[in-house]
Amino acid sequence: MNFSIFLLALFDGVAYAALVFIVALGLTLIFGVMRILNVAHGSLYAIGAYTTVSLVGYFLALGFAPAFAFPLMIVSAILVGIVIGAPLEYFLLRRIYQKSEVLQLLVTFAVFMILEDVQRLVWGTQPYFNSSALQVLGNVTVFGVTYTAYQLILLPLIAVVLLLGMRFFLRHTIIGKLITATTEDREAAQSIGIDADRVFLFTFVIGAVLAGLGGALASPTTSILPGMGADMIVLSFAVVATAGLGQIEGAALTALMIGLGRSFAVYLYPEISVLVPYLIMVLVLLVRPEGLFGSPAARKI
Amino acid sequence: MPTRTQSSKPSNKVNARMTSPLSWLWIVGMAVIIAVPFLVPSMQLLVNFALAKGLAVLGVTVLLRAGQVSFGHALYFGIAAYAGAFLMTSMPATDFFVILIVGVLGAIVAGLFVGLFVVRYRGIFFGMLNLAFSMIFWSILEKFYHLTGGADGLRFTRPTVFGQALDHVQFNMVLYYSVLVLMVALGWFTHRWFASPVGQLFQTIKTNETRLEYLGISPKRALLSGYLLSAALCGVGGVMMGMAQGVVTPEYVWWVRSAEMVFIAVLGGAGSVQGAFLGALIYEVVRTYASVYAGDIWQMILGGFLLIIILFAPGGLIGILESAFKRDTTKPSAKTGDRK
Repeated sequence: MNFSIFLLALFDGVAYAALVFIVALGLTLIFGVMRILNVAHGSLYAIGAYTTVSLVGYFLALGFAPAFAFPLMIVSAILVGIVIGAPLEYFLLRRIYQKSEVLQLLVTFAVFMILEDVQRLVWGTQPYFNSSALQVLGNVTVFGVTYTAYQLILLPLIAVVLLLGMRFFLRHTIIGKLITATTEDREAAQSIGIDADRVFLFTFVIGAVLAGLGGALASPTTSILPGMGADMIVLSFAVVATAGLGQIEGAALTALMIGLGRSFAVYLYPEISVLVPYLIMVLVLLVRPEGLFGSPAARKI
Repeated sequence: MPTRTQSSKPSNKVNARMTSPLSWLWIVGMAVIIAVPFLVPSMQLLVNFALAKGLAVLGVTVLLRAGQVSFGHALYFGIAAYAGAFLMTSMPATDFFVILIVGVLGAIVAGLFVGLFVVRYRGIFFGMLNLAFSMIFWSILEKFYHLTGGADGLRFTRPTVFGQALDHVQFNMVLYYSVLVLMVALGWFTHRWFASPVGQLFQTIKTNETRLEYLGISPKRALLSGYLLSAALCGVGGVMMGMAQGVVTPEYVWWVRSAEMVFIAVLGGAGSVQGAFLGALIYEVVRTYASVYAGDIWQMILGGFLLIIILFAPGGLIGILESAFKRDTTKPSAKTGDRK
């Protein structure tokens, strides 16, 4: 493995990790606050990607500049959060907070099955591809290796901004503190006048927007196919579980680990590249069953 | 209906389960299934598939009894089917029973390796880690195509039965009645297993795991025993399905297949042995006829039904049947006490 291939693998890994982190951030935020693992998160990611491609295709056909793709990504992510995420929490998840973990898992799984077919009905089974956002930013050359600026600079930048922004949001803003308080003790929070229902709704919509944003940002770099949601939910679960469920900073680190592990495997052992994320997860969980940064939960007796 | 008149008999004192009107329904149902190849030969293969799937669903049902759900049990379905297929392609004309045993052994060995790891977890982690393992195996099957045939899968000829090469019709008959015998034997075994000490400990994981530890019993070991049973049952279903279809593809392991198994288990009645097979039969029949009209939205329909069952009829088909049959008897508590 010479230096330029090493750099290529490094860049691939970082770009990939940034995308996975954005999706995993939403998943772990929702879990941390609501104690629900949203299996449908993968579908929200896929729908974010499909929506972006459709919107970009439509507006570019109208004669807009290719740079217009960037605001459309944000629009798609917000659409996913409001059109799908909000009703999902309001009409469905709200009914099941008191039920057992397995039932909650089954309910979000059922939603996942429904949304997978919704994608197929709306967008069909043919792959979509639109890389105009990628071309707008052009390429950069680092140590003789040419790579797209979109993947090398923009994606990691967004991931870091989201990570720092989420930290700041949860610790230093009023709404963030309301969310943290509700996470800590829902009843106590309600008794001092926090509207826990609204906090949950808000959190879920933010999580869904992050899933949609992950899909939107991924759309110029990959062709969009049915089944990408299933891959993503398992992968982002691997990231989140390796870090420890609900650990935001940990998810950033494990996303990087898994992203780099996968991209180096692509160059060294291409056959096993898809397995690497899961191997990392299994190895970590063998040693630390709660994940790298998770702490054992106190058991109710 | 003869079943209705029986129910007024005041015999529910000692052995309510055996004489309940519902058990007459099972007997009639069994008689119908036995007669299918003679009465409606066109349905034979369909029922065969359904019962093979029902065996796998029974595996998922076992885990539901411990309050756990696995989104990856198609793994064992697929491993057993592939183990049988590898044996058939490397040694053609292997005996039917050898393939069955090898397939199930494959599932059990895999279940032991994966099980030792996943029994450390409950709930979300248990479900999702199983899903992750099935996805790993799926991508191995797809990637190593020189070994596994990739997406096209492995095609193999009919196995022999007791050294005899059978023709198509005879072999299908053997398969059909074998799967029927397996259904009765394994259904009965699972039923007895739930009542056995090990089975009781296993089900305590759902109600109160800490008490198990206070008794000095390892919950992990209790869960592992049930996990191995569930893997073996899925394996039996998988290898029977593989032989009935004559081809195994990575689709056997695909998460949709696992989802289908969970769906049928919940549809039939979470934790009920009979429900697994009843659910599988109804599911397969409905799917065969409905997929012509609703092939594109099939998963959507499944998901919708799953939501409706979970939110409004958590007892599944068995729960509905039992409440229908027990309406005129006096013991509404018998059901809940029985299924705990």
